[in-house]
Amino acid sequence: MASRGQCSPVLRVDNVGKIYGPGCPYCVELTGPEHGRNVCPKCLSIVAFHGISFELFETEVLGIVGESGSGKSSLLRCLHLDEDPCSGSLYHKEVDNGRRDLFTCSWQQKRTIRTRLLAVVYQSPHLGLRMGLTAGANVAEPLLVNHHRPNFGAIRARVMDLFNRVELPTDRADCPIRSFSGGMQQRVQIARALACNPSVLLLDEPTSGLDVSVQASVLDLIRRIQWDTGLPVVIVSHDLGVIRLLTTRTLVMRFGRVVEAGLTDQILSDPQHPYTQQLVASALT
Amino acid sequence: MKRKATILSVRNLKKSFKIHLLGELTVNTIENFSFDVDEGDFAVLVGPSGIGKSTVLNCIFRTYLVTGGNIIYSSRDGSQLDLASCDERTIMRLRNTEMAYVTQFLHCQPRMAAELVVAAPRVAQGLSLEQALQEARELMERMALPRELWRAFPATFSGGERQRVNLARALISKPRLLLMDEPIASLDPKSIATVVDILKEMRQKGTTFLSVFHELGPIKSLVTKVIPLGSRSLQDLEANQRKRNSGSPEVTFGR
Repeated sequence: MASRGQCSPVLRVDNVGKIYGPGCPYCVELTGPEHGRNVCPKCLSIVAFHGISFELFETEVLGIVGESGSGKSSLLRCLHLDEDPCSGSLYHKEVDNGRRDLFTCSWQQKRTIRTRLLAVVYQSPHLGLRMGLTAGANVAEPLLVNHHRPNFGAIRARVMDLFNRVELPTDRADCPIRSFSGGMQQRVQIARALACNPSVLLLDEPTSGLDVSVQASVLDLIRRIQWDTGLPVVIVSHDLGVIRLLTTRTLVMRFGRVVEAGLTDQILSDPQHPYTQQLVASALT
Repeated sequence: MKRKATILSVRNLKKSFKIHLLGELTVNTIENFSFDVDEGDFAVLVGPSGIGKSTVLNCIFRTYLVTGGNIIYSSRDGSQLDLASCDERTIMRLRNTEMAYVTQFLHCQPRMAAELVVAAPRVAQGLSLEQALQEARELMERMALPRELWRAFPATFSGGERQRVNLARALISKPRLLLMDEPIASLDPKSIATVVDILKEMRQKGTTFLSVFHELGPIKSLVTKVIPLGSRSLQDLEANQRKRNSGSPEVTFGR
């Protein structure tokens, strides 16, 4: 693994915002944590998030924590270029030396960036996988998209290699993904995400909804991948335990805004914002 | 005598907590606290429970945000950094390369083998997993952590075993400044002796220590500086020192 602490960020998020609905000049002003809402009272638009800026560095694991509806998953969808934001820019160090705003790329360029540079794992396997296909086909798909003249033998070998890496039984590669358990489906999603050696991994509640023992093994898998590759990771979670164990820095979101950001142990030991204090005081562990 | 360089200079440290859930209640823990730690020191913070000894360590390590004052750290490259105000990335770099903290309790990922927990800081420093594991095993062997526990999960360990994992994880990175919060509180005398040996050796190799100990007895031979917190503790300590008197290390009091 490369030594930590290089200077230029892999991903730079600059003042990104997203409003669902018609939008009006008061949307931003009348929403946010100080108003206790993310729905604009004038035009009823939903301000999913606004004014989000951060940098993600080589080998770093950044956490985004917040309650349901705080905008963290919407933010991740924009970072993965699944959706266009209403404002702001996103830069990746390997795209035009970090000078090109990814949101302004064409859809073909975005598709390439999505498969080659930015990988995502969703909370729900239904979002990240094609349920009608086999497990192996799900992992092979980004490889096929990424090759001009695919060699099926090589792709098959790569799929098996990825299955081994995420500890899935290779003899089940040709079974329909529907027949897999929740934890195994998450492993297939992770294998699919790693298929094209991405340079950023985005995880959206990757272990929520799994029982604690499967959760621990999936977290261990993520930790191992991170150690082996030094891949920078953004992990969205409402679970402070996951945030504490995996991340070094954390952003706390509420009503679409970042209310607090800092080193994870500081956020959890000395939270400053009333919401973060409430969150930390409410955690079970 | 040649004066040693100051590695850490805490000036007028102030830390208060504002608890919003309890109607903006403000708790003041540290007010105007100053002290210096010289390179090579084995400095100990003393004082009654609840006086804020751990708070001071947490402020230095940025586990707590400082309310006021400065914490000037002379880094390896000679630059003077204010740990109270420098940016997070600087703190992350220092934590990775120069500064370690043995907290009172071990927090680690569930189902992660003890040897991996100990090896983790070396992996973060860029060592290969095999090398890091090798070092981790040598250290655990030395700390008499039973071999059959190396691949087990610390969640199932006894208090003393956990504490040794916690210590090993901080010692393995050979930090320049090591903060320790009650690192030997739940160890038996034999383990304490081993730990004291290791600390002594680290000190000879250039590590500076700032720690909180409940009981000074076992580490008396190491201590070079005692920093009392709270007004009463200084008198208590002097009285205790007079009582014990014989063959105690040279103790210089902080201000």
